[in-house]
Amino acid sequence: MSEPPLLRVRHLTTEFLLADAGQRARAVEDVSFDVYPGQTVGLVGESGCGKTTVLMSILRLLPANAEIRGQVFFRGIDLLTLTERQMRERRWKDISIVFQGAMNALNPVMRVGEQIREAITLHGLMPPNEAEVRVGELLELVGIPKERGAQYPFQYSGGMRQRAMIAMALACSPGLLFADEPTTALDVMVQAQILELLQGIQRKLGLAIVLVTHDLGVVAEMCDTVVVMYSGKVVEYGPVDVIFNAPQHPYTQNLLQAFPDLARPGTVLACIPGAPPRLTDLPPGCRFAPRCPARMQWCDAEVPILREVQPAHFAACHLVKDV
Amino acid sequence: MSRGGMLGRKVLFSLLTIFVVLVINFVLFRVLPGDPVRAVIGRNVKLSAEAQQTLREQFGLDKPIFPDQFLDTLGQWARGNLGISWSLRRPVAEILAAKLWNTLLLIGLGQVLSIVLGILLGLLAGWKRKTPFDVFALTFSLIAWATPTFWLGIILLAAGSTWLGLPTGGLVSPENVGKPLYTVLPDLARHLVLPTLTLTILYLGEYMLIMRSSILEVLSEDYILTAKAKGMTPWQVLWKHALKNAMLPIVTLIALNLGFTVSGAIYIETVFSYDGLGKLFQTALVKQDYPLLQGAFLLLAVSVIAANLLADVLYVLLDPRVKPT
Ligand SMILES: Nc1ncnc2c1ncn2[C@@H]1O[C@H](COP(=O)(O)OP(=O)(O)OP(=O)(O)O)[C@@H](O)[C@H]1O
Ligand code: SF4
Ligand SMILES: [Mg+2]
Repeated sequence: MSEPPLLRVRHLTTEFLLADAGQRARAVEDVSFDVYPGQTVGLVGESGCGKTTVLMSILRLLPANAEIRGQVFFRGIDLLTLTERQMRERRWKDISIVFQGAMNALNPVMRVGEQIREAITLHGLMPPNEAEVRVGELLELVGIPKERGAQYPFQYSGGMRQRAMIAMALACSPGLLFADEPTTALDVMVQAQILELLQGIQRKLGLAIVLVTHDLGVVAEMCDTVVVMYSGKVVEYGPVDVIFNAPQHPYTQNLLQAFPDLARPGTVLACIPGAPPRLTDLPPGCRFAPRCPARMQWCDAEVPILREVQPAHFAACHLVKDV
Repeated sequence: MSRGGMLGRKVLFSLLTIFVVLVINFVLFRVLPGDPVRAVIGRNVKLSAEAQQTLREQFGLDKPIFPDQFLDTLGQWARGNLGISWSLRRPVAEILAAKLWNTLLLIGLGQVLSIVLGILLGLLAGWKRKTPFDVFALTFSLIAWATPTFWLGIILLAAGSTWLGLPTGGLVSPENVGKPLYTVLPDLARHLVLPTLTLTILYLGEYMLIMRSSILEVLSEDYILTAKAKGMTPWQVLWKHALKNAMLPIVTLIALNLGFTVSGAIYIETVFSYDGLGKLFQTALVKQDYPLLQGAFLLLAVSVIAANLLADVLYVLLDPRVKPT
């Protein structure tokens, strides 16, 4: 890629200070990845592996007990070095987010249109009367009749609420959209519609998306690049076709086996035995070692670092040799 | 059903409740011991049997209790005639109306102050959770909430009158009794300080605690995170998104508390010898003045029912989610 990346995350590490006696939970450790303009990056991994924490760290929206280190360059500026005020001015304008299971992400006592308008006027992007027109356009863009902007969230179905959230996320024409499991709370038909909507919007507006999902089918269909996380760390990272066709890390291989292959019906669904380690009690070597079928002796002693398997394809496993 | 229809039904239901209260009120004072005639003329006066009979007829007591006396009484009440006080020998309605304003002044002041302060403190405490301010406010509120009215009243009365030279009781000083209140405002204000302070402290705790837990709950909601992600300042988040949601439980509490204005006045007015409804009820009770008590009960019941109705109406107006059922 000749263009510079829109978002460049380097060595992002996030710890939560826990209430009891100075304990720390390192939810994210040494995470690095790039997002290029117009690209979709998939962030996958089991529940609790730190996907949401990565997004929230980048937006600096974590509660006060979180400690964030590393660098997050957006268009070349390190967001982690900005003052809170400078950061506020960038939120939603540069990066907006559609939250996980966003059934309550809209204020229940405020009209939907008003909530969208607020995002526009807050950043002083246009005068109120123009913003009003823009709200109508945004709603139509996501397939909601603009008159329904006058309604309250409870008058919307789950799918419509998520559409409204997407409309709101587009309000300030951000370069990057975070979609944190945007469809988990919805039924299958609606899920497909929402994902289609996101794809359509991306094509039309050319914005970049970081998509968090459990659904590898969605990743295969929508993403250009995949970041596979395990227990707070990136275990494999690369272009989607490479990850799907030649996964190098045993965890990624397991994930793909656990995913029912639609092309080969009848294949047995493999699931990964065991559970991820607790964040306060991490294994000394490879974090996947306790569950790894390919585990070797030194896996317990030495932490595997992320190596470049082939250009732009990285994996963190002792089995993997550098190019 | 529309929201208007729902409100209409609530009003109807309130009226029905009031009617039930009327019936109970009527029955209650018919089964209580005591002979109304004796009570009116005094216990020691000798009266011939014929004279007593005449009085009975005058009061309508010779007719059957149901339906004649019942309908008659309802008719009287509907016209605002609540009977004659036995002890004060004046129409009950007139006595109640005169004292109502004094009580409303006292309780109203206390309520407004405690509502405003309680909401502000609760908001700050919840927002600055776990800071020393929060811990202090929380402790203060819990103690204030648990303190008995008369105890706090007496302590403040002793302290205020000894050290600050504030009056120990009454609505105004003896030389000002009977003058229109607006002509003796400074004197009135001095008399109101201690009872108002007592009431404010007592109610403050409750409002603060409810507001604090309410705002804490709201601040953990997803839409608050959305508001922050949009780039709003903490104040904007609090003001535009958290406050209205957090106010919903408070509004109901306020409306319900208004209903207990009258009964809540009993302790405070007794402690401060304040000339209001509370003190009047206490006197009526001690003197077994049935008509006055009956009027008082009616007023209590109607204010509680009206407050409930107000709470319902406000909730419907504030929360678009309240669905017609
Ligand atoms: N505020 C917090 N304080 C302490 N620990 C936290 C906090 N937020 C998250 N964690 C922990 O950090 C880890 C990562 O959580 P995160 O929500 O990022 O996972 P996730 O990958 O998004 O999972 P899911 O797929 O279930 O959404 C979890 O173990 C979680 O318990
Ligand atoms: S480093 Fe060892 S334990 Fe870890 S994934 Fe690779 S083979 Fe398995
Ligand atoms: Mg998550």
